[in-house]
Amino acid sequence: MTRSARSSGVPGARAGDTVRTEEDARAGDTAPGGPPSHDPDRGTAGSSRRAETGDRAGHPGRAARLRPVAALTAVGALLASALAALLVGAADIPPGKVALQLLDWLPFVSADPGLAPVEQGLLWELRLPRVLLAAVVGGLLACAGAAYQGVFRNPLADPYLLGAAAGAGLATTATVVFARGDDQSLMIPAAAFAGAIGGVLLAYALGNIAGPGGGTATLVLAGVAVTSFLTAIQTFLQQLRVEELQRIYSWILGNVGGGWSQLGLVAPYAAVSVAIMLLHGRLLDVLSVGDDEAASLGLNVARVRFAVLLAASLATASAVAVSGLIGFVGIVVPHAVRRLAGGSYRVVLPLSLLGGGAFLVLADLLARTVLAPAELPIGVVTAFVGAPFFVAVLRVTRRADA
Amino acid sequence: MSGRDMGGGAAIRRIAGGSGVDDGDGGDGRDTAGGVEVRDLEVVLETRTVLSGVGLRVRLGGWLAVIGANGAGKSTLLKAVAGMLPHSGEVLIDGTPVRALKPRERARLLAYAPQAPALPGDMTVFDYALLGRTPYIPYLGREGRRDREVTASVLERLDLSALARRPLGRLSGGERQRVVLARALVQQAPVLLLDEPTTALDLGHQQQVLELVDRLRLADGLTVVTTLHDLGVAGQYADMMTLVAGGRVAASGSPAEVLTGELIAEHFDAHVRVETDPWGRPQVHLERPGRPGRRGRPDREDRSDRLDREDRTDREGHPDTPSGPGARGEDPCR
Repeated sequence: MTRSARSSGVPGARAGDTVRTEEDARAGDTAPGGPPSHDPDRGTAGSSRRAETGDRAGHPGRAARLRPVAALTAVGALLASALAALLVGAADIPPGKVALQLLDWLPFVSADPGLAPVEQGLLWELRLPRVLLAAVVGGLLACAGAAYQGVFRNPLADPYLLGAAAGAGLATTATVVFARGDDQSLMIPAAAFAGAIGGVLLAYALGNIAGPGGGTATLVLAGVAVTSFLTAIQTFLQQLRVEELQRIYSWILGNVGGGWSQLGLVAPYAAVSVAIMLLHGRLLDVLSVGDDEAASLGLNVARVRFAVLLAASLATASAVAVSGLIGFVGIVVPHAVRRLAGGSYRVVLPLSLLGGGAFLVLADLLARTVLAPAELPIGVVTAFVGAPFFVAVLRVTRRADA
Repeated sequence: MSGRDMGGGAAIRRIAGGSGVDDGDGGDGRDTAGGVEVRDLEVVLETRTVLSGVGLRVRLGGWLAVIGANGAGKSTLLKAVAGMLPHSGEVLIDGTPVRALKPRERARLLAYAPQAPALPGDMTVFDYALLGRTPYIPYLGREGRRDREVTASVLERLDLSALARRPLGRLSGGERQRVVLARALVQQAPVLLLDEPTTALDLGHQQQVLELVDRLRLADGLTVVTTLHDLGVAGQYADMMTLVAGGRVAASGSPAEVLTGELIAEHFDAHVRVETDPWGRPQVHLERPGRPGRRGRPDREDRSDRLDREDRTDREGHPDTPSGPGARGEDPCR
């Protein structure tokens, strides 16, 4: 007799008998007010009769995975926001002509928008890379935020939890204050990247010294300590050179106008880190039942945690390197996705990637058009727009829940 | 995928699924072929020795209840057997030392359900049960059709099919316990380790869950090890018992051998009367210390004898029994 045989047949019916009374009682109590969508085949006798005749055998249940509808909706939202961001801008180019020009750039398509070379250059050199960079940075931050929330099983976790922001801030400030020479445009991304990675490593090392078991609570506390410490040094450096404050702050508040060169810098790290994070979606779901239970299921918890933290920190560092410290994306987008599409990390990670991209593209669109030709710092926009948006999502989904 | 059903579980699964399982009330506990054996287990947490010299034997298809006072080390024992705590000594399943197994192989032999399982509120019942397939799914792979089928059939068996798409956050206590049990069964391990499976359940749901475990055990030949804090419940379901006290095994044997007035008084500091029910199982009754029918080897006494005896004089013969003003049960404030 093999295992598969035990899963069906007479013993199953016997096991069912013991609990049917409770089931019936409960169904009777709550059925009138219950949402019919969650268990369409619930009925006082229906489910048990089906169980006995076994006619569900050909329809094994569905596991949480990314459904085509959700994926296509998210891709559509990203493309729509990107298109809107490309069509509108400070320069007064008619949207119709921009659309034609975009078509013309597509392979095998020819259209004549009749744009002047300077306008073409503006689109190609400024607007297009800016939209792409916003999409990449937003996707990285949101995906990394979701991954951190999964690893720490904490809804308040965000990409900057482990000292990435403080490390990058300190390194950038030090560069602005001490570096001599003209080419700070390349030095700042490198310094921010190294600082973010360094901050995370410092927190990770401290956390492992303080709690050798690799528990998440000590890791979070180590992140808090590292953040305070590095921020203190950064503040001290700022005081040394008050005249540089504006440059430092403009970096801290974020900017996705880096152009193709920054996009090239971030692309390889983005690709690798996103691939690792997406591959670990199912394992983050296993981790959500706690370290002990995940270990009892045969999972190497420390290895999963390390791999995901490494990838998420790499994503955060590369995003920070090319855009500064943009807040709010990493914490709001994963929660909005969770509310709208479900809590499995196999859904949350890819949808956060797409949704974060769309969110930051739109935030940047607002940042450069509201006060055009002046620009708002994008970090201001993400928080200003993101907070009400988040409250709206909470309200809408709560109503659907109730 | 090809490696799914390989590994140490195959031999045991044949045995576990086969015949030769008796009705579970024999309680001889000597035949451990295919069962669980623990030898000289020692667990040191930080610098404190929580368990030492612990030995257990559970025959294939048996139900062992680990009992003991709070803090005696019951849960630690279960976790150590599940391989979740560093320990010395041996844990053998069908003669295979668990220590030698990879975590995934171990998870195919031992399914563990903790006392207070973390149940993510927005995870569906189906997805939660599917987690039991983790030891069969490659590290970065995804579940296959067979994994979904096993999960669906276990849910059906526990009458949870109708709840398959419901989030865990919207289940009642009894449903939750069944869902946790489903996840453990989906693991298809021949040994179930359940830490206090009835905590926080009312009497009726306790009974339903334990009856369910018993039926599954008999149907599949599962070997069940539970910690149970309720001695009356433990006496009704287990066919073997181990009493843990101070990190050591204080007594071990059939429920009737372990659930005696003396042992319970000594290790739980509780006043109980033990009777034998018509099926030969011990029934434990809690007693107020100051009232008639109190302890004093009642399990060896005739009932009428005990009732006739005046307890006040008897109690004075026991120096460890609370008596006089201020003793429990006679507290003037109560």
